[in-house]
Amino acid sequence: MSAHVVPVKTYLGIFVALLVLTALTTGAAFIDFGDVHTGIRLVDVIPLNTVVALAIAVVKMLLVILFFMHVKYSSGLTKVVVTAGFLFLAILVSFTLADELSRSWSPEAGSWNTAIPTILPLLGGLF
Amino acid sequence: MADSAVHAPHPPGFKHQFEDMDQQREADSLGMWVFLVTEIMFFGGLFATYIIYRALYLPAFETGSRLLNVKFGAVNTAVLIGSSLTMALAIHAAQAGKKKSEQVMYLVLTMILGAIFLFLKFAFEWRADYHEHLVPGFHFIIRQDWGAAGPHVPMFFCFYFFMTGLHALHMIIGFGILTTLTVMAHRGRFNSEYYAPLEVSGLYWHFVDIVWIFLFPLLYLIGGRFAMPGVH
Repeated sequence: MSAHVVPVKTYLGIFVALLVLTALTTGAAFIDFGDVHTGIRLVDVIPLNTVVALAIAVVKMLLVILFFMHVKYSSGLTKVVVTAGFLFLAILVSFTLADELSRSWSPEAGSWNTAIPTILPLLGGLF
Repeated sequence: MADSAVHAPHPPGFKHQFEDMDQQREADSLGMWVFLVTEIMFFGGLFATYIIYRALYLPAFETGSRLLNVKFGAVNTAVLIGSSLTMALAIHAAQAGKKKSEQVMYLVLTMILGAIFLFLKFAFEWRADYHEHLVPGFHFIIRQDWGAAGPHVPMFFCFYFFMTGLHALHMIIGFGILTTLTVMAHRGRFNSEYYAPLEVSGLYWHFVDIVWIFLFPLLYLIGGRFAMPGVH
């Protein structure tokens, strides 16, 4: 028994699907889908264009992982490891966001820039 | 004891610690995936930071995003997807027991497409950014028409250059790997039973493709391209 050989036709089909999705996501950027308001500080405005673009990106990622990277034909153990990778990423992002969105003393827009004039002279004309 | 007594005949490339080639193949790709999980977290740090600062400075990020050339971004996405296809076909050529010249051809095609990607990125995009004073630290000029968002636009470009730069670095490392693979393929190292270096390098190359699949919308499309003056 040897490894599952994915037919060339499948690869070409996935390739075409990825190209179509790339065209789709580029085209979608030129259409205004409007905003959603969450009422949560810092993430009050969620542009639906962002949601559409990321949804298409996730579909493209799944096509690459499942077919180009052969995960569809891999062992259950490999599938668990792959899923765990993205789970860790989800933990990283959600815990960071939970912290950032729940603190009342978070730096508001403006404070980042005021630090720059203080730092630049210290770099001694490097810039 | 004669060597032949402990050294039973086996397919080329078979490592003795494994039961059979199937087990070896699973271990190979599983090990590579464990590395790729660390890569997900490596890029994940940048993505998480991007998410926080985009939330803090949304108008600046949208302004910055619209200053990027979406044509180059889209074309480069297509080029990189093409290189993923040729990489997959190189592995297929080995799996299906095709001639080594076919493996070499697909590997070289992958490198050519990768080179086109980096050429467009560095020679056109980054150079144009430099001339438009959009590189933070190198005479960045905050334009009047950016309004209140202006002072934070450099932050978007910091993310842009670090994220695309780290991605480009991965591609440059990929060239080294692909060159080695091409030499190995040319020497006839791969066959339908043993092609582990092709398979794991393919996983790496596709991973780099996936990173770009997310960088493209996050950097080029996040601001939307509608009803904006000066859109490319």
